[in-house]
Amino acid sequence: MSSSKPQTLALASSAGSTTSDEAIEARRRGAASAYRTKVRLTRLALVGGFFLAWEAGARAGLIDPFFFPSPSAILGRIAQWFAEGDIWGDLGITLLETVLSFLLGVTGGTALGLWLGLSRFAADVIQPIIKVFNAIPRVLLAPIFVIWFGLGLASKVALGMTIVIFIAFFNTYQGVREVNPVVLANARLLRASKLSLLRHVYIPSAMSWILSSLRVSVGMAVMGAVVAEYLGSSMGLGHIIAQAEGVMDATGVFAGIVVLSVFVVLLDLAVDRLEKRLLVWRPAPSHDDA
Amino acid sequence: MAEERAAVRLHDVAVRFGAFTAVGNMNLTVGDSEFVAVVGPTGCGKSTILNVVTGLLRPAAGEVAVFGKPLEGLNGDSGYMLQQEAILPWKTAEDNVALGLIFRGVAKDEARAKAQGWLARVGLKGFEKRYPHQLSGGQRKRVAMAQTLIMEPRIVLMDEPFSALDVHTRRLMHRILLDLWQADRRSLIFITHDLDEAITLADRVVVMSAGPASRVVGEVEITLPRPRDVSALATTDEFVSLYREIWNLLGAEVEKSYVVQ
Repeated sequence: MSSSKPQTLALASSAGSTTSDEAIEARRRGAASAYRTKVRLTRLALVGGFFLAWEAGARAGLIDPFFFPSPSAILGRIAQWFAEGDIWGDLGITLLETVLSFLLGVTGGTALGLWLGLSRFAADVIQPIIKVFNAIPRVLLAPIFVIWFGLGLASKVALGMTIVIFIAFFNTYQGVREVNPVVLANARLLRASKLSLLRHVYIPSAMSWILSSLRVSVGMAVMGAVVAEYLGSSMGLGHIIAQAEGVMDATGVFAGIVVLSVFVVLLDLAVDRLEKRLLVWRPAPSHDDA
Repeated sequence: MAEERAAVRLHDVAVRFGAFTAVGNMNLTVGDSEFVAVVGPTGCGKSTILNVVTGLLRPAAGEVAVFGKPLEGLNGDSGYMLQQEAILPWKTAEDNVALGLIFRGVAKDEARAKAQGWLARVGLKGFEKRYPHQLSGGQRKRVAMAQTLIMEPRIVLMDEPFSALDVHTRRLMHRILLDLWQADRRSLIFITHDLDEAITLADRVVVMSAGPASRVVGEVEITLPRPRDVSALATTDEFVSLYREIWNLLGAEVEKSYVVQ
């Protein structure tokens, strides 16, 4: 799912490379692009073959379309939803819930992680409590949130947030604890104030951890929103899937899942962008996973 | 040099870590704009002395005076270049060099402009926007050097700054350091275990005894004329005789440190 676009190496921008260097670089890139084409074609064949076999099986009656509706039927249903236009409202509400629980969870988790990462006393006091809370299977909180906050937006955001906040917390905490002590000592020797240390040392150093938490958090925020919708709501993608399930409409359930997946992939791409922008200082990975 | 003009004066300084005495009865005076190299066997507490001069470490006994005044808290006159890689990997060369100024509250543009000047002085013009991972080890050391010197500290402390570099790069660094020192003439305490390096750079080489409770066992004035030609120096007779003189002091201490280990 997280297949990132092949990155052009930052190294290529190094100034003053001679012609022979450029020739070698061009050849290396040619070989790399041939390899990437091969990977893509194989992947396409694999996925395409799978769906073709499914479609053919459904049409030939080898697969019961009541349980496994054909891909064309699922696509047809999705097209119908978008043609009718109601789906936009559902998508919008799920997106809003996702974004709110994501933002609140990440902000809270990052702040908590920074605080506990910087204060040993606070960490010693609070960490066991956090572990206990994290041990609660979050989905089970959904009914409680519905009782507390009703069937609307708030209960969905609350569920998503309780999942996201722990991911953001653990990653930020770890990131702050793993700050290179030599770099830290050097910044102190340059007379950095506490605030400067936070801004120029702790946060940038923890950023790779925080960003990897964002990646997981996006998926989890969507999950929180959809599960909460599924359990009780009047709108949203989870609601659509729940309704389809209620009338044993497998096509509707599959169509809902497909829309949801595309939705998550798009959000993931957005995080990918952000990560590339914020981590320009890191050495390029030795091999790109195309 | 006159005592009251001294940039740094350590008088009977002792440093203890619990029951362990790292440095005992240390006496060291560094004159204004003097370049002093401190050599000693491994683990003799050379770095400890720099920590005392910076004010990071309070001595258990003795006095520390900076420009005639007793040192209280952190030393505002010192700049410290660490042995390990210490520049910030998420900042470009120029932002790394500008860092101390930014911490001091200098406006970003002004700090950057000054940092670019310093990068040029250490021979890194054109590398301003590079991140540390895009620089070689020697280039990173030069960024670190500029990062320390841009603050214009009156006392520069260097803790084996070039020990991780290969011989040729190290010689280049010596040349750059000598040029910069020649231009600004700050007081400099340079810790090293490399006698060649100490003789090439310093006005005076101070030899420390093996730990624990290490102290100064002797010092040798380096009379080689300045400015010095780093590459030709090591083969001169004067250099060799200085080397022998210092090794006579140091050799016995190195032997002792092996016995202790």
